[in-house]
Amino acid sequence: MSGAAGGKEEVIAPEGAPTPVGAPSGAIISSIPPAPRSLWSDAWATLRHNRAAMTAGVILAVLVVLVIAGPALSPYDYARPNWDEIAVPPLTAGSAGTHVLGTDSLGRDLLTRTLVGGRLSLLIGLVSTLVSLVIGIAWGATAGFLGGRVDRVMMRMVDLLYALPFMFLVILLMVLFGRKILLIFVAIGAINWLDMARIVRGQAMGLKQREFVEAARVAGVRTFPIILRHIVPNLLGVVVVYVTLTIPQVILVESFLSFLGLGVQEPQTSWGVMVSDGALEMETAPWMLVVPAVFLAITLFCFNYLGDGLRDALDPRDRSGR
Amino acid sequence: MLRLFLRRLFESIPTLLILIAVTFFMMRMAPGGPFDSEKRLAPEVEANLRAAYHLDEPLWQQFGRYLWNLARGDFGPSFQYRDRTVTELIASGFPVSLQLGALAMLLAVVVGVSLGSLAALRQNRAADYGTMAVAMTGISVPNFVLAPLLILVFAVYLGWLPAGGLGLDGFFAGGWRNLVLPVFTLALTQVAYIARLTRGSMIEVLRSNFIRTAKAQGLPATTILLRHALKPALVPVVSYLGPATAGLITGSVVIETIFGLPGLGRYFVTGALNRDYTLVLGIVVFYGALIILFNFLVDLIYGWLDPRSRE
Repeated sequence: MSGAAGGKEEVIAPEGAPTPVGAPSGAIISSIPPAPRSLWSDAWATLRHNRAAMTAGVILAVLVVLVIAGPALSPYDYARPNWDEIAVPPLTAGSAGTHVLGTDSLGRDLLTRTLVGGRLSLLIGLVSTLVSLVIGIAWGATAGFLGGRVDRVMMRMVDLLYALPFMFLVILLMVLFGRKILLIFVAIGAINWLDMARIVRGQAMGLKQREFVEAARVAGVRTFPIILRHIVPNLLGVVVVYVTLTIPQVILVESFLSFLGLGVQEPQTSWGVMVSDGALEMETAPWMLVVPAVFLAITLFCFNYLGDGLRDALDPRDRSGR
Repeated sequence: MLRLFLRRLFESIPTLLILIAVTFFMMRMAPGGPFDSEKRLAPEVEANLRAAYHLDEPLWQQFGRYLWNLARGDFGPSFQYRDRTVTELIASGFPVSLQLGALAMLLAVVVGVSLGSLAALRQNRAADYGTMAVAMTGISVPNFVLAPLLILVFAVYLGWLPAGGLGLDGFFAGGWRNLVLPVFTLALTQVAYIARLTRGSMIEVLRSNFIRTAKAQGLPATTILLRHALKPALVPVVSYLGPATAGLITGSVVIETIFGLPGLGRYFVTGALNRDYTLVLGIVVFYGALIILFNFLVDLIYGWLDPRSRE
């Protein structure tokens, strides 16, 4: 785990940054070129030795495959109620095969429902993170690269937004404009870009002083192409880390909204909805609570461990310490 | 110090105004109104109601009226609880939320800093890995998952603690038993974040030269930790207190709903579902102001802990 575990606002110093993607290849002058050690191969070497992160990665991969393929393979439909098999405990034989994880209060197979719910939770995690990524990178890279007054104004706006109780605004949005999935994506994405913008700005400020940016400028490349072609690609390492750490946060927000009854609607489901439903029945059918809760917790666990591992592997600042 | 104080005070006003404006216009743009019900009201009655609550005026005039009243501490009448004002509702709900939040914050800081320091002192040993695994659990298990599970175990199966409600006894006469589960659940995520932050910064501080000097002078380990290392190690923790407060307030919405505590968070959820404009607006503004005030205090503490930041 890195020295700055859990820190959200850390600005990663540019010193010792890995070979930039956009650097001219002539930067390394040597008759016998050493085996190139790119950022990514270095990172992979570090990551491979991090047992927790690797395990987390494998579990997540399995989970993604299950969530995509599982519902199609299941003999049960996730939405159709079955009044003969209401709330049966796990490992009960059902009409079309064993209910491995039991059924819910409408007799629907819980495993199938959990996997379908997982689809939505993971999808929201991914899409909303992308939304926040695009806004955050654009904002941060522009502010950091341009500097000066533009930077001050842009970051001041980020500070202002930071002080608002965003969760309350998102809840309001959901209540007022209906529970549309698209709205959930956008609303969650719109909260999370602030961190990303701050991190990216810090990186961009360091990168703009590097030789390859100067070279591009001398060659007559205009400002925004430089940002797009030379600054953004070199931010990817940091961005990958924070994507991994943002996805679980987003999944958490979605399930939080769903838990309050403001998320997706029946017959669609997500882990948050299932936890909320399960909590109502927990005295008579605890598996209805435990199953989605465990899936949710494992997913969040894995993303967090993987993110921590990636930070150790990709965060340039940490290299000096080793 | 006075300049910092005034500058921060000056800066927080636009933030608050933006918050009020965003919330106000968002609520008014939304479809549906507070007088929608199963049975349609007679048009004259509805017109009278709208006039009584000034909903028939142009929006900007309503906004101006709201700001003016707010400046005098009047949050307006509640649409849902017809006989009470929002100010009264906030006054009745806030003490419950404050008790919950303050206890959770206390727990989070004390336990988080202790666990984090412990992990840093035993870096890469069993105690470190154990503590950090617990912290990861705290971050990964959402409070709305943890809360029902804890109720299931401690209230339903074991019967040690009440499942919810505020209890009729005073805090020390047994009322505290009602708060054990809510406070614990609410605090856990923040305990985890604070523990991870403290560990990271404490490791850095323990490596620094002045600690090595202290060790070389033969000072006992506890003196080094408490007298020299703790203060600088707390700097990132203090700067995290602002987000932590926001997190606790957000969390309290869920916790109060699950445990049936009559606090502001629950008023917020029921108010939002019933389109009680003024109540929801009032709570957002109130909590927004609270968060801004808290960030302001945090900045002052920060200046005391880290003299470099005073300029």
